[in-house]
Formats: sequence, structure tokens, C-alpha cells
Amino acid sequence: MKKQNQRAWLFVTPVLLLVAFNALIPMMTVVNYSVQETFGDNLFFWQGIDWFEQVLTSDRFHRALGRQFLFTFLILIIEVPLGVAIALAMPRQGFWVPFCLVTMALPMLIPWNVVGAMWNIFTLPDIGLLGYFMNHTLGIPYDMTQNPFAAWVTIIIMDVWHWTSLVVLLAYAGLVSIPNAYYQAAEIDGASGWAVFRFIQLPKMKTVLTIAILLRFMDSFNIYTEPFVLTGGGPGNSTTLLSIDLVKIALGQFDLGPAAAMSLIYFAITLLASWLFYTLMTMNDNKS
Amino acid sequence: MRLKSLVPALYILFLMLPIYWLVAMSFKTTNEILAGFSLFPQTWTLANYIEILTDPTWYWGYINSIIYVTLNTVISVLVALPAAYAFSRYTFVGDKHLFFWLLTNRMAPAAVFALPFFQLYSAVGLFDTHIAVALAHCLFNVPLAVWILEGFMSGVPKELDETAYVDGYSFPRFFVTIFLPSITAGVGVAAFFCFMFSWVELLLAKTLTAVEAKPIAAVMTRTASSAGYELGLLAAAGTLTIIPGAIVIYFVRNYIAKGFALGRV
Repeated sequence: MKKQNQRAWLFVTPVLLLVAFNALIPMMTVVNYSVQETFGDNLFFWQGIDWFEQVLTSDRFHRALGRQFLFTFLILIIEVPLGVAIALAMPRQGFWVPFCLVTMALPMLIPWNVVGAMWNIFTLPDIGLLGYFMNHTLGIPYDMTQNPFAAWVTIIIMDVWHWTSLVVLLAYAGLVSIPNAYYQAAEIDGASGWAVFRFIQLPKMKTVLTIAILLRFMDSFNIYTEPFVLTGGGPGNSTTLLSIDLVKIALGQFDLGPAAAMSLIYFAITLLASWLFYTLMTMNDNKS
Repeated sequence: MRLKSLVPALYILFLMLPIYWLVAMSFKTTNEILAGFSLFPQTWTLANYIEILTDPTWYWGYINSIIYVTLNTVISVLVALPAAYAFSRYTFVGDKHLFFWLLTNRMAPAAVFALPFFQLYSAVGLFDTHIAVALAHCLFNVPLAVWILEGFMSGVPKELDETAYVDGYSFPRFFVTIFLPSITAGVGVAAFFCFMFSWVELLLAKTLTAVEAKPIAAVMTRTASSAGYELGLLAAAGTLTIIPGAIVIYFVRNYIAKGFALGRV
């Protein structure tokens, strides 16, 4: 049993002050903008919920939201199975383990705009490694600045390149925590490879995979820099994900009201997902 | 067994290809890059690196980034330590709600905060300072640090605390001389993750700086667009941003996975 102690509030005060400064004040600014109209000169007029209605009924928002869900869905169904497969094939001990861990984690430590720039250089049709290989060696026309499909394939592969290692590392951490006795018992029972995976490895990976899936969900839902640097949201608007669209409206067009309303709706969606995350996490914690 | 080890090998090859291309590009001359495709640099040149390391606008970008990343890591871990202890050892009114509220900030899209942050930090006179970026990154790093540390602290048996009290240790002395040494791995991992997410973030860092504290990532974007796309220079700058990450990752290699699992494996 944990101790009941109200003095604990003293310990959390610094965190509270810091995060409140960063989260509450900006959030109030956003709420303010979302219900007002301004014509400059710091003059504001009460607007009510008009901006929210405008955003929620606008085609542009629906399309950006649709693209966002498609993107998140695609990277999840690629990265999670792929990550688990790689983790299963990784060596459990020896010299190659630290080598694998370090090289696999490397993409995650590269600044996000460098990731975008790197993939841009990599995919240039005539002088990029991938672009040259596709166009000149395989003869498949590939130019992501012209073709929306190519742009989509590129941002998906870029995200797979960037973040699959997260799933690998987490799944691997789950796998190495399985005691050898489990495998020996399975061998004595004559269990098939599939049975070992289904009844020993998968249950042990449940907690870490929950974390992996939900972290990937949240981070891909908030993604901005990498696709922005790579495609700029184009060609046309084909890769304009939610964050890119939001920044376009807020900082590009300076439409503060609609941008603020959109921010709050966007935040509400991520909040809902966070709640789901937290509930699943604590459910796992309580069981174990 | 042979076939099995092929899977990670192929995956690592896939990870290394774009990085190789970036590094190869950084050693090429602009003429060679524009002249056409070549798998290896034909004439090796260090000109791109020399330009970056001798031009103050370039190398100050790196120094600025390292300053605010370090500040952020120190602040995040210091404030997160007592809070994580409270969450892992005590129950108090509203603890679960508070923990959840902290997490929501980790989940908040940075794009939502860009404009209000600009106004907030301008209003308090911190715009274009390192501390502004360091504080802004606390938005997502402090909750993460609390979470990771809480995971590691919950793995330390509570008997340790009780024995120390019986032995007459005061709380601060217990915390520093007994408790902290037993979670050094956790502190290292939390610091690593703060470093990582502060180092890779660009949107907020760019919004909150203009000249004095401009991060390397923002210097790169401007050069790429204004100077007619100098790919070699861009590639060299990108290559240099990979190095700090590669160094710190080596030190925490055995704990990375546990850190991503937020100390819960």
C-alpha cells in the first residue's frame, strides 16, 4: 500500500508551475482566439462558436483529417508487424546485440527537419540514390514533387524508416524479459513455433506493444516537420496533414480564429486518444 | 538460423542507405552533385565542412542548439525527480488526475502551441533566448521525465525508504545519498530522452528564436531555400547533427528499450 501523504503536493509543485506556465496560459490564448474575431489593432469582437462550426463543416478540415487518419493507419499496420518480426529475428546475446541496438536507434536521434532533408536528397529523381535507382535502373517513373501517389509512398517509407525501430526496441525489451524456462517447457510439450509466439512471446510483449502502438499513434498524429520539409504538403494539398494545415492557417494566413478553433478540436481528438492510452496502460499495470 | 539473421541485417541496411547518401553528398563538390549521379564522391572535398566550421552563423547554430538542449535536460530532470518520487511513493488527492494531465501535454501537437508560445514568451521578454526554448521544450519533456523516473522508482522496493528512516536519515540526505544512486540508470535514461526530444524538435525552437538563439535546424532551412539549394552544404550540416545523437546513444544502449517502455519492462 502506498502512503497517503498530502505533503506530496510539495514535491509536485515545481512540475506543476512549469507545465502550467507552458500549457495553461497558451491554452487560454487559444480559447480566447477561438471565440473572437479581430480586424487587427488588438480589437476583438465576440464571435461565439462560429469558428467551430466553420471548421467542423469545412471540406478542407475534413480532407486534412482524412489524410491524417489514413497516414496514421498506414504507418501503424506497417510498423507494428514489421517491428515485431525484426525483434523476433534479432540475436538475444553476443557482440551483435549492442551493434543492432545502436544502429537501429540512430534514425530516432536525427533532428526531424534533417530527416526530411535527407529523404529529399535521397529521392531526387536524377541525383538521389533512390530516385536514380527507380527512374534509371528500374525504369519506373518516380518523382514525388509531381506525383501525389509517389509523395504518399515516400512519406510512409520515411516514417517507417524513422520510427519502426521504436517498435523493434520495445518488442525486443519484452522478448528478453522472458525466462528461458518458458521456452524449455514449450520444447518439452512439443509446441510449434507459432504456438510459442502466440502463447509465450505475444502475451509477454502485450504491455510494451500497447505503449509502442499508442506512442506511434500520438506522434504520427502530431507529425509536422518531416513531411513539411520533404513535400511541403504537396504536390497540391495531397500530403497536407493536420499539423501542416494548422500551421498554414495560423502562421501563413494569420486566420487566428479558425486556427484556434481547429487547434482545440485537434487537441480534443488527441486528448481522447491519450485517455484511451492511459486507461489501457493502467489496466495493464494493475493486472501484472 | 542463417536466414533469421538476414532480417535485422537487411533492416539495418535499409536504415543506413539514406544516411550513407547524406554523408556521401556532404563530401561532394556542388559541381559534381549537379553534374549527375555518382555512387561515391569522385573528388573528395572537405569544403562543405570547412565552410560550416568557419562561418559563425553556421557553427553558432550548433552551439545554440547544444545550450538550450542542455538547459532543458537539466531543468526537466531536476523538477521531475521529486515529482516522480511523489507519484511512485504516495497517494494524494488528485494524484491520478494530475498524472493524466501531465501526460496530455506530452500528447499535445506542437503546432497547436506555436503561435501562443510566441506571444507568451515575447510578453515575458524571453523571445530569442536559449532559456525560452529550454522552458518551452519542458512542455513535453517534463511529463516524459516524470513518467520514466516514476517507472524506475517504482522498481525500487519501499523497504529501502523505511530502513533509511529507521536508521535516522533525514529525507534530503536519504534521497541524495541512498535513493538517487539506486536509480542512476533511470536518471540517465530520462536525461537521454530529454536530450533526444529537445534535440530533434524544430517547430517550437524555430518559432521562439530569431538571431541570438537560432538552432542549427533553423539555420539549415533558411540556407537551403535562400542560397539556391546548396545540397553539399546542407548534407554536411545534416551529417554534423547526427553526431551528438550517435554519441549519447552509445552510452545508454543497454537501457534504450527500457526507457521507451517508460521503465515498465
